[in-house]
Amino acid sequence: MSNRMKNIVVPLVAVLLGIIVGTIIMIAAGYNAGAAFIALWNGAFGEIYYTGEVIRQVTPLILAGLAVAFAFRTGLFNIGVEGQLIVGWLAAVWVGVAFELPKFIHLPLAVLAAAAAGALWAFIPGLLKAKFKVHEVIVTIMMNYVALHVSNYIIRTVLSEKSDRTEMIADSASLRSPFLEGLTDYSRLHWGILIALACVFIMWFLLEKTSKGYELRAVGFNQHASEYAGMSVSKNIILSMVISGAFAGLAGAMEALGTFGYAAIKGGFTGVGFDGIAVALLGGNGPIGIIFAALLFGSLKVGALNMPLEAGVPNELVDIIIALIVFFVAASYMIRIFIDRISKKGVK
Amino acid sequence: MDYVIEMLNIRKEFPGIVANDNITLQLKPGEIHALLGENGAGKSTLMNVLFGLYQPEKGDIKVKGKPVHITDPNIANDLGIGMVHQHFMLVDRFTVTENIILGKETTKGGRIDIKKAEKEVREISERYGLAVDPQAKISDISVGMQQRVEILKTLYRGAEILIFDEPTAVLTPQEIKELIQILKTLIQEGKSIILITHKLKEIMEVCDRVTVIRKGVGIGTVNVSETNPNELASLMVGREVTFKTDKAASEPKENVLEIHDLNVKDSRGLGVVNKLNLNVRAGEIVGIAGVDGNGQSELIEAITGLKRSESGSIKLNGKEIINMSPRKVTEMGVGHIPQDRHKHGLVLDFPIGENMVLQTYYKAPFSKKGILNFKEIYSKAKTLIKEFDVRTPSEYTLARALSGGNQQKAIIGREIDRNPDLLIAAQPTRGLDVGAIEYIHKRLIEQRDQGKAVLLISFELDEIMNVSDRIAVIYEGEIVAVVDPKQTTEQELGLLMAGSKRKEAGGENHV
Repeated sequence: MSNRMKNIVVPLVAVLLGIIVGTIIMIAAGYNAGAAFIALWNGAFGEIYYTGEVIRQVTPLILAGLAVAFAFRTGLFNIGVEGQLIVGWLAAVWVGVAFELPKFIHLPLAVLAAAAAGALWAFIPGLLKAKFKVHEVIVTIMMNYVALHVSNYIIRTVLSEKSDRTEMIADSASLRSPFLEGLTDYSRLHWGILIALACVFIMWFLLEKTSKGYELRAVGFNQHASEYAGMSVSKNIILSMVISGAFAGLAGAMEALGTFGYAAIKGGFTGVGFDGIAVALLGGNGPIGIIFAALLFGSLKVGALNMPLEAGVPNELVDIIIALIVFFVAASYMIRIFIDRISKKGVK
Repeated sequence: MDYVIEMLNIRKEFPGIVANDNITLQLKPGEIHALLGENGAGKSTLMNVLFGLYQPEKGDIKVKGKPVHITDPNIANDLGIGMVHQHFMLVDRFTVTENIILGKETTKGGRIDIKKAEKEVREISERYGLAVDPQAKISDISVGMQQRVEILKTLYRGAEILIFDEPTAVLTPQEIKELIQILKTLIQEGKSIILITHKLKEIMEVCDRVTVIRKGVGIGTVNVSETNPNELASLMVGREVTFKTDKAASEPKENVLEIHDLNVKDSRGLGVVNKLNLNVRAGEIVGIAGVDGNGQSELIEAITGLKRSESGSIKLNGKEIINMSPRKVTEMGVGHIPQDRHKHGLVLDFPIGENMVLQTYYKAPFSKKGILNFKEIYSKAKTLIKEFDVRTPSEYTLARALSGGNQQKAIIGREIDRNPDLLIAAQPTRGLDVGAIEYIHKRLIEQRDQGKAVLLISFELDEIMNVSDRIAVIYEGEIVAVVDPKQTTEQELGLLMAGSKRKEAGGENHV
């Protein structure tokens, strides 16, 4: 089997194994697995409303996945997507409530503010890595907590008067679309999906088609050779983190300007940033893979909400299945060996 | 018992290629038997078959006359076959003893009896003359010492037949001498040895018989006493090979590189290049001879901008380039064939085509307004691959998949094609077979004849003597002598390299 085929088959097998093991767990716990999966399907695609919700859920997942994948392709592990998403969310809301501008200025401004905030948040670990060789995983994890609590503080003291959420953003900064909502039986589907898809293209084009992308990839694979070839390793590390953070910030903008329209005090992380790691992993860090992986996780998450209602199965089971899929992707080495064995026998 | 090991008519196929075809190798007890072949000829495959890592499609293996099926390395171990790999399989953070007993630990009440193990290791090491410190950490000992640990590992497991895979590739000349002594001791103690190599000198020096394979096919076995390096080389390559590189006398012109009182410090702040003076003129090859670790790497890194210099001056065509960025230096007209082609020379996970523009990707025609032009990149790559005889399935193949010789040819092609005024070649033929070496030397001389300045750094005295027009000997970061290769001997160079004799080596007037 060619490598290309394997890269497609391995994640599929991982998904399948995740579902099989998830089914076994359901049966062992005494639930009706068949009913659960039907409920899951109906909850994601049974009605146009649900499908709209799935796409809405997929939007930030794509962007978070891109953020993780972009850093990964250039040799960095950005665990801080969650924090960058939170500051992006906050920045978008801030611009959304603070200004009154015509839509064609206000909306792009809010979106760009989110990207800039995420980029800035990722710039710090990038700088520390480039200048002092501090490992980005440590710094980004800590920056997640800083983001969470600083954003809560700002929401409580600056953006509201001791309230636990901000006002709604101005209509002129909103990504909401009565047209898309009407199309999907009044789901919260918004224009953000177009931004996410555009970013997929941007990532692919930047990495594969530009000389800057060539540099970023070279630094990711081999810093010594890049230095030898006259590239600046530290500049590229910082740039990579900044771009990754910008994608993460945009994921925050999707929640801020599309789904919610405000920012609220958070008791904990949104989880979208961490799901981005799973999306990038399952999608093989490639643009097309990320779309499909985000679609899968998005529909699992939205569909799961229907499982307690329709089948009496707790929706946490879907979290288990997602965890299992991630496990099997991470353990894909086993699957690869298995495929090699099978295809070898086939040849003989 | 005539033979301890017999591999008869072995055939091993991989999808698309026959790696071994009808190869026979018979090892007599107490002999050192060389397995000779070019890079990619199938030597390692054959040994991996013997070691149980691959199963042959055809052929028989006999150990001490009995037919055996070696299906995994444990069986090979039980049969007394041990392998000393080219790339050491050692745990850096473990001690020598811990590495040796790994997998064969003697325990006392559930705990490793390290005292007893150390004693055993000491005994074996004394018996075979393999001096090691059982308590030293692997990360703290030299490469030569690490190799001895690998040998001890096989002996500890009771190996009678030792396979050495290119054992001298990573060693300094001094360490090679020590290794040869070790091989002789092992034979005296009743072991038998298969030596995988493509270095003819070593074969002539220590081996009893030699089996030659070419492109996966067994060519035959000859007694070393009845052959000579020229015959072996032509058996291996399949054509006549000249060892003496033909070249006309050099016609040096103006100075291209002038280094004056250069000082470079290493990461610990110690001076590794000290008040170094050197010049290289257009139309000549200057070879730097010296034992590894005398400042050669730092000197190159200082010239190419990869390392900061403390003080002094480096002039290229009269312009100061000291402490310029690597890109600036490259653009000023310096080509650099790096010492470690995997670490510095190539991005192994890039296609070979993309590696061909590693320094020029941002310039027209490969890039316009920041957008890469892959058509131009790959057509350039195609030309270079053809011109420099890089054997690769296509220009889209990952650089990782190419053999060492072809990777090196690709790098040389890339560097020469940029048409630099100064070409720095650091160990350009390390680990390559005679065919590739001959080719690379020719290319370097060709550059010289076209009026370029070439700076060659090598630990192989043969190479330095053969290719250079002038030899500068480096010792403890200083050029201690500049000699004419026609008027010097290996002995004299050896003494100079060891620092025992210093010649006057002034600034610019030492030509």
